[in-house]
Formats: sequence, structure tokens, C-alpha cells
Amino acid sequence: MSKTLVEKIWDAHVVKSEEGFPDILYIDTHLIHEVTSPQAFDGLRKRGLPVFRPKQTVATADHNVPTLNQLLPIKEELSRYQVDMLTKNCAEFGIELYGLGHPFQGIVHVIGPELGITLPGKTMVCGDSHTSTHGAFGAIAFGIGTSQVEQVFATQCLLQSKPKTMKIEVNGELGKGVGAKDIILYIIAQISAAGGTGYFIEYAGSAIESLSMEARMTICNMSIEMGARGGLIAPDQTTFDYIKGREFAPAGEEWDKALAYWKTLYSDADAKFDSLLTFNAADIAPMITYGTNPGMGMGIQEHIPATAAQPETEKVSYKKALDYMGFDDDSSLIGKPVDYVFIGSCTNSRIEDLREVAQFVKDKRKADNVNVWIVPGSKQVEQQAKNEGLDKIFEAAGFQLREPGCSACLGMNEDKIPAGKYCVSTSNRNFEGRQGQNARTLLASPLTAAAAAVTGKITDVREMLEEVEG
Amino acid sequence: MKKFTKLTSAVVPLNIENIDTDQIIPARFLKATTREGFGENLFRDWRYNGDNAPKPEFVMNNPTYGGKVLVAGKNFGCGSSREHAAWAIQDAGFDAVISSFFADIFKGNALNNGLLPIQVSDDFLAQIFQAVDSNPKSALEVDLENQTVTIVETGEKESFDINPYKKSCLINGYDDIDFILNQKQLIEEFEQAR
Repeated sequence: MSKTLVEKIWDAHVVKSEEGFPDILYIDTHLIHEVTSPQAFDGLRKRGLPVFRPKQTVATADHNVPTLNQLLPIKEELSRYQVDMLTKNCAEFGIELYGLGHPFQGIVHVIGPELGITLPGKTMVCGDSHTSTHGAFGAIAFGIGTSQVEQVFATQCLLQSKPKTMKIEVNGELGKGVGAKDIILYIIAQISAAGGTGYFIEYAGSAIESLSMEARMTICNMSIEMGARGGLIAPDQTTFDYIKGREFAPAGEEWDKALAYWKTLYSDADAKFDSLLTFNAADIAPMITYGTNPGMGMGIQEHIPATAAQPETEKVSYKKALDYMGFDDDSSLIGKPVDYVFIGSCTNSRIEDLREVAQFVKDKRKADNVNVWIVPGSKQVEQQAKNEGLDKIFEAAGFQLREPGCSACLGMNEDKIPAGKYCVSTSNRNFEGRQGQNARTLLASPLTAAAAAVTGKITDVREMLEEVEG
Repeated sequence: MKKFTKLTSAVVPLNIENIDTDQIIPARFLKATTREGFGENLFRDWRYNGDNAPKPEFVMNNPTYGGKVLVAGKNFGCGSSREHAAWAIQDAGFDAVISSFFADIFKGNALNNGLLPIQVSDDFLAQIFQAVDSNPKSALEVDLENQTVTIVETGEKESFDINPYKKSCLINGYDDIDFILNQKQLIEEFEQAR
């Protein structure tokens, strides 16, 4: 019987399937961090249980860590306590921890792929909704709550109903200045912040296939922003080339065996999806969000849709969002001054993102009215950036290169955007208060963020790219 | 886990769509390492000003409204997977949340804690909001066994769906770990067979 990629991986991990019950799904890899794990460890203690498969569990500290002076004790007491708890819990339950100071430390969704832990055909979970990132390798990867973290600790399994499947094809060639972030913001704007709920999404089509692994991670990362449990892309030569030689990737005979299996991981030609959407890459412009959910995005030259044009039941929420952002119906964002630029998060903090920004800002300088933070996704990314001299370019441009962590994506640490200020951010959520109380977030690609940093206002990066060439 | 069978209560109406878990419990309150005490920060930034003074216009600060059922616009609980959102709602005294659409992870988290997420039609949701608009004390009756929710005043009733396994968990107060631990031998056999 023909199967979708999701079905192939899912079926290979079902321990038990019984009518009227969710499947018992085996989990290959469990990633954990300091924020959503302490209550799960407590649960184990109360039940007197060990972690069933500690070797299939990997921990890092990312959500709550400072991004300056990481080798000094964490100043904020509650953050320090939470990070210390992770260290103690990992020691007690025998889990490998890449904590502060470790050369592998970083955002959980950045380190999994770069260490070769994330592999095609795996099932992976983490107490974090952006676990969908790992789907870029052709894995079933999804975010879970803390009760489920405890379940996986205790049993290496989850009770899960098989998801519906959706295929999103993006075909054709991307325009100049348009990248993976624009593709995914475009898709979300088309189908809304709830349009993918209940589905696992497989991204396909020539525009997706032409993307690098890091760009594919940006796409899969934001699957959750349309409500989908996960998103994935069938592995191909780009995937295999990326994995080969990484720290924990299979090697030698193991590699050959793994590769042979990975090559069977694609949706069969006549496999049935529950939903199918197709987009044209040429229709996608550099994107920016104007509201308080990631579905409220538009091409950067467009005008904010009018409240009157919204469905009756959505008008109140829509108006509330525009009021929060301080934006008017039918206005353009081009030329709007910005206060902060944040380049980082599990969406866009990898070396390619930093290279793209560095290449763009070389010999340029940030505008005086803007604070620019670049927060690399991991110690390895940070080190690589320094090896390539990107740090010098950022310094000359007035951009501050900080240390790895989730940082201003969610403002759990000190990296907060002040009330009322505008931040062009390469992160994944523009919710009210996400980057700090009453902070206003505009989601965009690293290039669009870099353009705003240089001009001090919302700018169509394509015009600046033409300047360079002219 | 807390058991749930039947409930009749007035409601707290929150007629806003796409309420994300950052609104339900902002990230800065996630530093706690226990499950308790999140209720006081439920909807923190909608409920209080920067100086911690209650915002009188927010429904939870209006003594006219109260009850064990939270009623909200569609796509409730989207965004972050933080289970703290379900803990906060429960800690603030709610036993059920009604919306016309729930985000997947929130729904799962709620069920895993004995907080019942009830998905109703857009029409029925509008009827609930209408009933509460005309009488803030308007009560709902939630019957998990029969999977129905009724607007007591008007007698309007709607059925809701719930996974039969999850339903029995809620009624009996047991959770997924209890269930899977019973299957441990199967899990080990599965591992060996790979």
C-alpha cells in the first residue's frame, strides 16, 4: 500500500495500535531544556521511576540563559535556580547535558542537527513547540507538554493519535532578496495561524528542494505557527551531505546501513494526503508581519488589510492587534522607524543566517536609532562566525554579537524589548508581550532585518540589493 | 489526576480569537520548578498594568463574572507548548475551557491535567457569548459522560467530541503514564525487534 512519508515513519514506530485508543508511539530521541523539564523530573521522583532510556535523552540550557558573560554565575536568581536544577536532574538521572560553558551548548533545535543527533526517519520530541524544526531532515518531530516529557522519561513512548497529513508544494524560483523565512511567513499568511491544526505537513516542490538544510529548518521550524504539530521534508542528497561527518552521525558501516534506509524515506507517488496546497515561489516577496500572530503577515510593499475587510467574528481581535502594534488600517510599513533588530532564535540563528547578514552589512553601519543584537544559535555557530571573521564585520557595523540562547525571541532572560518599542525580529512569534511587556514585534527574514538595522526603518531589501549591483 | 464528570457553573467570557499561551502565562513566569501557583499570573498582562494595578476593563477583574468555565474565541491556546498555560487556568479555579477551536498541544496538555477542553461549533459559541451578554450569571451545564454542554437558561444543547480513552482517563482520574507503564514489556520487545 502506498504511504506518505509521515505514515512510513509513524508506522515504523508504533509499539501498539488499538481501536479506540491513541497509538503507543516509540520515541527515538528526547531533547530537553531547563524550562519544561523540572516538573517532569519531580513527577518521576514522586512515582519512584528512573529515566527509562537516558542515553536517548539529550539536554541543554537555552531558554533562560544570559547571552552576555555566560561563564559568570547567572545573576537572576530564579533563572540560575532553574538552570542549576537541570544540572542536578541530569546528573541524578544519568542524562548527557550540554550546559553553559560546554562547546556543544546552544538552542536545542540548533544543536540537535549540527551534532548529527537529528537524523532522517527518527521520531523526536522536546518540551518545546519548535521541535518541528528537526522535520527538515525527514524526521517526525514535534513539541510536547511537560506531562508528556514525564511520559517519555518513564517509557520512551507517547500516546498519540495518528495525525492527518497535508502536503504543501512550493514550485518555481524565488526572487532576489527572498528566502526560506519569506516562504514560510507567506504560507502562514495564506492559510492563517490555525490553518494547519491537526496536520503534519510535508513540504515539497522545486523551491523547497533547492533549499539548503539550514533554510529547510527555518521552514519546518514555523510549522507550529499555523497550528501544525510538525512539518517535514523528504531527505535527499542535500540532507545526506549535511549529516555526513557530524559528531554523532553514523559512520562506516553504520552510515551505509543508515543511508540505505534513508533513501526509502519519501512519500509514494500515489500516496494520499488529507489536504494539498500549492504555491508559486515567484509570488513571494520579502515578508513582514504587522499584527500579533504570525498569520498577520504581508509582502513588504503591501498595505495592512483594513479591519472592515475582516470576517465579522474576527473584527474585534483584528482591531485589538492593530491597536497593540500602533498601526492603522490600510497603511504601509515602508519607512516606519524601528528601535531594535534581533537576529537569532531557533528559526534564524544558524551560520548561514549570520553569513547572509554579514555579507549584506559589510562596509555598512547600523542607523543610530537602532540597537542590533545578533544571538548565535549555539557555541559552535558562534565559534564558526568568529573563525570566518564575521564578528569583525558585525562589530564594524555596530551590531552586537552575543552568546547563544533563545534570548529576545521570548524574553525569558534579560534580553527584552522595552514597552512600546518596535523590533524587527528573525524569530517566530509576534504575540503581544512575547519579546517583553508591550513590546511590538515585526517578524521578517535575516536580510530584511539587516536592511532595517542599516536604514533604521522598515525597508524593502530588494532596493538595497539593486544598489549594490548598480 | 483530577477527575471530571459533571459541572454546572457560570462562565468567564473572553471573546478574543487566537489567544496564545504567551497571553495565558507570559514567559517570564515560567521560571518556577513546581506546578503550583501559576493562577495568579494567568492572563497577567491583560489583567494587570505594568505597575501591577488591576485593569478594571478585563473580565477577570469584573466581579459580575465568575465561574469554573472559561469561554474563549477560536484557536485557543496556540503558540508555545508550555503546559504552564493549562496549570495556570486550572490553578485559577477553572475546570473546563470552551472554544470553537483549540490548538493541538494545548488541548493535549489540558486533558493530561484534568482540565476539560470542549470544542463547540462557531454558532453555539456565539450563543454562549450572547447568553452571558444578556445575563452575566448565565450558567452552563457540562456533562462529560454524555458529552453534552447546555446553556441552562435557554436549554440549548450541543454534543462535543472527545477521544474515548481520554474520556475514561478524566472520569477515572488516571493518566497516560499509568497506562503506558502497563505496556512496558511490549516496549522492550519493540526495542529488541528493531
